[in-house]
Amino acid sequence: MREREDEWTGLMRSAISGDDAAYHRLLEAITPVLRAAARRGLARAGQPVDQSEDIVQDILLAVHLKRQTWDANAPFAPWLFAIARNKLIDALRRRGRRIFVNIDDFAETLPGEAPEPTASASEVTAQLQTLPPRQRDVLQSIAVDSASIKDTAAKFSMSEGAVRVALHRGLASLTAKLRDR
Amino acid sequence: MDTDQLIRTLAADNAYHSRPVGLALMLALLAAAPVSLLIFFAELGVRPDVMTAMHNPFFDLKFAVTVALAASAIAVSLHLSRPEASLRGFGWWLLIPAGILVAAISGEMMMPQRTPMMTRLIGKNSMTCMSAIPAMSLPLLAGALYGLRQGAPSRPAAAGAIAGMLSAGLAATIYASHCTDDSPLFVATWYTLATAIVATVGAFAGRRVLRY
Repeated sequence: MREREDEWTGLMRSAISGDDAAYHRLLEAITPVLRAAARRGLARAGQPVDQSEDIVQDILLAVHLKRQTWDANAPFAPWLFAIARNKLIDALRRRGRRIFVNIDDFAETLPGEAPEPTASASEVTAQLQTLPPRQRDVLQSIAVDSASIKDTAAKFSMSEGAVRVALHRGLASLTAKLRDR
Repeated sequence: MDTDQLIRTLAADNAYHSRPVGLALMLALLAAAPVSLLIFFAELGVRPDVMTAMHNPFFDLKFAVTVALAASAIAVSLHLSRPEASLRGFGWWLLIPAGILVAAISGEMMMPQRTPMMTRLIGKNSMTCMSAIPAMSLPLLAGALYGLRQGAPSRPAAAGAIAGMLSAGLAATIYASHCTDDSPLFVATWYTLATAIVATVGAFAGRRVLRY
């Protein structure tokens, strides 16, 4: 567990200094832990666990947009779990439950626990349709068609800078819509 | 969009760096400050005897209290803007201005006074103080909340209240140069009440706008 968390911290440091691949690996590494915790939280609140993927995506978006609040000299896991806990509480509250979320939900993913299958998530997909067309097209191109920024720029005859701006604005407004819905 | 696709998209946005919260807060306060100063110079202005007042240690102590309030509240706001932070271990920063105030009150108590205690406490400007500090605070509070939106506070209402205290501290620093009531008893009563009003507004606003 300790090693896993040290690895996360290292990956996040590399990510911040510009290593996109490290960032990708970090997000992949934390996702199963977040998913297991979201399922436990939903189960304890008596909610169907198949909504866990919406919560996982909520947390990932918040992690992404709030990266600058992480202190690179501090371990990454407590920061991550604080964000995750906050988002899980929000999600359960939105479903009409007030519930105490245990920190152990996040800290304790037992090694060897079977990886949960990726469930489908509907909320991000639904909100995606409400974005301004340019942001939506860019997001879809990168997410669904797995095009690079460069290819996306060529496809829509935009500059790469404009694609980056549309991508970031799209992610930010997606998050705002999910929060304020 | 499935989660793998979302992850790929987030990784593609890795190059984007948001402003650090401290910088965002500073810029937003700098943008808001002229509005508060405009209110001050249009409605109040510096007291005419400011040059002699500066030799009165109790006049100067007002600034020590308000600057300490603003500075400690800024430090606590920045701390609270991190998701894993709590007030524990950091809340005592806010005791610094209170400590200065207590020391100033005891200092004044030990000196011979021409006016009775209640007269000094009630002063002449209590109503101006109670309206001017909140009025000058509001632009600063709006700025502070805007800057702190870069953060991720786990307790948005508490973070909003502290943002209110920092705005009130800054506004009171400006206001103190107008007010002719220099007794620490006056400051402890009316400045504190005005700060409490702004902190309450900040708590309600923070609960709405500082959620992430």
